[in-house]
Formats: sequence, structure tokens, C-alpha cells
Amino acid sequence: MTKPNMSVEIAGVKWNNPVTTASGTFGFGKEYAEYFDLGELGAVCLKSLSAVPRLGNPSPRIAETNYGILNSVGLQNPGAEYFLENELEEIRKYDTKIIANICGSTVEDYIAVTKILQDKVDMLELNISCPNVKEGGMAFGTNKDMVYDITSRVKEAAKVPLIVKLSPNVTDIAEIAASAESGGADALSLINTLLGMRIDIKTRRPILKNNMGGLSGPAVKPVAVRMVYQVRQAVKLPIIGMGGISTSDDAIEFMMAGANAVAVGTAGFVDPYAWVNVKNGIEQFLIENNISDVNDIVGTVELN
Amino acid sequence: MEFTLVYKKEIIKNVFDFVIDAPEIAEKAKPGQFIHVLCGGRSYLRRPISICDVMDKKLVRFIFEVRGEGTKSLSNLNKGDKIDVLGPLGNGFSKDIAEDGEILLIGGGIGVFPLLNLAKEFNKTTTAILGFRTESAITITSDFVKTTKNLFITTEDGSVGCKGFVTDVLNRMVSEKKIGAIFTCGPKPMMKAVAEIANANNIPCEVSMEERMGCGVGACVTCTCNVNGKKARVCKDGPVFNAKDVNFDD
Repeated sequence: MTKPNMSVEIAGVKWNNPVTTASGTFGFGKEYAEYFDLGELGAVCLKSLSAVPRLGNPSPRIAETNYGILNSVGLQNPGAEYFLENELEEIRKYDTKIIANICGSTVEDYIAVTKILQDKVDMLELNISCPNVKEGGMAFGTNKDMVYDITSRVKEAAKVPLIVKLSPNVTDIAEIAASAESGGADALSLINTLLGMRIDIKTRRPILKNNMGGLSGPAVKPVAVRMVYQVRQAVKLPIIGMGGISTSDDAIEFMMAGANAVAVGTAGFVDPYAWVNVKNGIEQFLIENNISDVNDIVGTVELN
Repeated sequence: MEFTLVYKKEIIKNVFDFVIDAPEIAEKAKPGQFIHVLCGGRSYLRRPISICDVMDKKLVRFIFEVRGEGTKSLSNLNKGDKIDVLGPLGNGFSKDIAEDGEILLIGGGIGVFPLLNLAKEFNKTTTAILGFRTESAITITSDFVKTTKNLFITTEDGSVGCKGFVTDVLNRMVSEKKIGAIFTCGPKPMMKAVAEIANANNIPCEVSMEERMGCGVGACVTCTCNVNGKKARVCKDGPVFNAKDVNFDD
């Protein structure tokens, strides 16, 4: 058969394929550009940017867990202006869409970074789900009224489609998703990391200097698939699904649960070609199953 | 990429000497760079291990201590098995910082390994000062005998060589002759002490830092240390830094 259609449209932005990167696992792209052509990806979602530079948390910032990792990087970044001046040009060379993940401590901070970035990137992803910062971050993403408020105010300032990234550290993710939708979100991405902790039993101290951190990797995948399914039932917005995707089979699971696109993150630390392998594997699956369009598998799970 | 394990030996208890047939890495590797090794078993992330030596432009030698699940699993591999390795990664030592005078390689414990390749590059002109806890912890000193001009060994209990720390020998040498450069790798307190002596005496000095690491290529920004007040990535900006720039207390 002819090659299946791999392109997807997320909030009016056409991606060449449904695979992107999970923010914070891919830097600003250039590190992995040494391993593969970034044009292989539908979009590249960059490390979180704030209006002013952030130093991040003290080390150790990473701890291994069974089938995953905890991290507490704390949104270290050189600031949005530095990014525009020094990093953007490099990734613009590739045939891929650019998503800037944005963070802040106050709603005003989020608006400030949105105004700096303007329309110089293709999409914005509102990070209201980082568990590693004292102010802002997850605090915004776990209360439905705050989600509505920040989404609507950032949306007002945004010149490109706004993706809202949801936290899994909530009782009812469908309710939060609905708030983001009514606040004006153009798309949703989920899940961010799950708050976790590891303790060194010899020293009786947490391994992370920040004590707690965000869990990612294969360990979180079933939770993420479940949440994508629940959010799909609750909203009409495009969904970018993520959380422990390592293989194309994982990615297809997310799409069947209702994700229109998928992000690979932590798996890339184990295999720097994971992003490309997931994309190629999805295409292979479509060919083998005689499916002509990747969009046709979205939300096709049939409950028992 | 996968490479074949062609040599394996437990050189002291729980410390393994591995050689892989990896021309792609060997051709590019510089002293002080590292490889990121997939260990298997119950470990998930790769483990950063410094390159100890490169031979015949195709063999890469690395030595590691079994510390947990990952390195335990790695140590169970046998000659002929395949190992998934990324590298060479990181920046490596800069030979050209050396001024006129003695070139010192100062290593502690399992930090001595990356200094061997550097010793070879300096072609028997260096002096190595290697510190160990005790006699049973001493490794690969015979390799340093072959590749350096002078070798001093210290042990904390005095079981071999000079009793005390590498800094005792360093302080004596600094007072006796002009030192052209110091390259050091070992436990953080040791490197901090070496860096302080180097900085106080205006000796060019490079330190090889270690931190818990994720991606190994600079993308995840987890393995940071304080360099000039900024959080530098050990994997990409380092692991080798100028001793003057590192804040060891952060």
C-alpha cells in the first residue's frame, strides 16, 4: 500500500507526524540534533522558559527508580530573551514545529514570558504542572478555578495556539481539563510528572537534594493512559499524550485512549533514538494493519 | 551503539576492568571524556563511566566499581557479550593549559582511571600522585609506572607508599619546584583540597567532576555543579572544569 498519512493537526498547526518531545527532556533541541534530524519529529517541545533566568534546584536532581526516574531540576533556564537571541535560530533550521513550554511564579510572570515569545514559536505550552518549584508550577494546575484563570489570562496575551499541560497530581483530571477548555486552551498535554520521593536507607536522607521530585518513565505509563482516556471523554480539545512512552506500541496505546499526538521524554535518556523509533514504529503499525491515516486510530479503544 | 566486550577482569574486589571493541569511540576519544553505558538488569538509566584508555584506535578500556543495581548487572557480562554504549561524551582535559614545570596527575581511589589516558598523551613526562584508602584498594598503578616519569602512592593507613593524602605530597612538591599544571580526578573533598592548593599557588588546574546523571548529552540538565555561579552541566559543559571556576561547596 502507499505510505499512510502521518500528519496531524493540533489546534490548527500542522505537524508532519504525531510525535513530539516532552518538555525538559530535550533541552533546546541541539543536543539531540547530533543524533538525528529534528525534522523527523512533528514538533519539538522545548525546555521550560521563564521571563527571567532561573538557576534551578541544587544537585542531586535525579534519582533512579524501578522503571523510571525522579527529577527535581526546578525549571533551570536562561530566560526567554536569551533563548530567542541564542537558541531559536538553530532549531528553526529543521522542518518541525516549535513548542515553547512556559513557566513562572505568578500569573504576571506567565504573561511576561508569553509577550517576550510572541509569535516567534509555533505553539506555547503552559506549564502549570511542574512539581519541583515552590511557587507557581503545580500550584496553578491542581485547582480548577486557578486553571481557568491562568489559562484565560495567558490566552489573551498569546499570539499562537496555547496548549495547557496538566498535572496528574489531582483527584479529578477531567474536571481540570474542562476548566482549561473553558478558559480558552487550544489543546491539552498530559501528563506531567507524578510527585514522588526516594530515600537512601544508609543515610536516612532523600536522594534528591530537594527531597521530592517528579516521577517519569515507564513506571507512570498506565496512570497516564488512564488520564488521557478520562480527559478524552471530558473535552473536545486536541490532546498530546505522554508519560512513559518508550516504544511505538506505547504511543499507539495513548492514541487509542484518545491522544491526537504523543510526546516521548525520559525514554530518550536510555536511547537517544527513541523519538525517531517511536515515529517509525507508528508508521509501521499503520502499514501492517492497513490503516491509511494515523488520525484514524485516535480514540478507538473499545471498553469491555 | 552495541560493542563487544573483549576483555574482562575483576582487578580488585568489586572493581572491574572492561575493554570493548569500539573503533567509533576510540577514534574520537580524548582523555577525560566518558561513555554512557546501558547496564541492564533492574537498572533503568545509563551509567556514566570515564574512559581509562584507548588502544590500537579500536579498543576502549573502562574500569568501574560495583556500587548498585546497574554496575552489578554490568559486572555480570562476559567476554563476547554486547554492551550498548554512547560516547565519547563530555569535554575532556585540555593539555594546553600546561605551563613550564612539572605536570601533575592527581587521582584518588576510582578517580585514577581517566588519568591514565592523559598520562599516555603526555608521553612519560608527568608525575602522578595517586591516593588510596589502603593496600587492597590500590588499582592500575603498574600502568602508571609505564606511562609516567614519577609515581607517588599514598594510602590513608600507610600500608603502601606515603601515609596520608595526595595533598601532603602535593604541598611538598609545590614548595620544592615549579608546577606547570595539575589534572585531578577523585572524591570531591580531595579535588577541593587540590584545587585550593593550585589556586593559592596560581597553578593551572583542571578537575573532573561527578554528579548523578540522566541523558549524558546535555539535554536534561540534571547533573549540574556550580561553575562561576552558574549551574553547569557536568555531562556536556564538563566533566572537566577549570579548578578556579568550580564552587565545591554548592
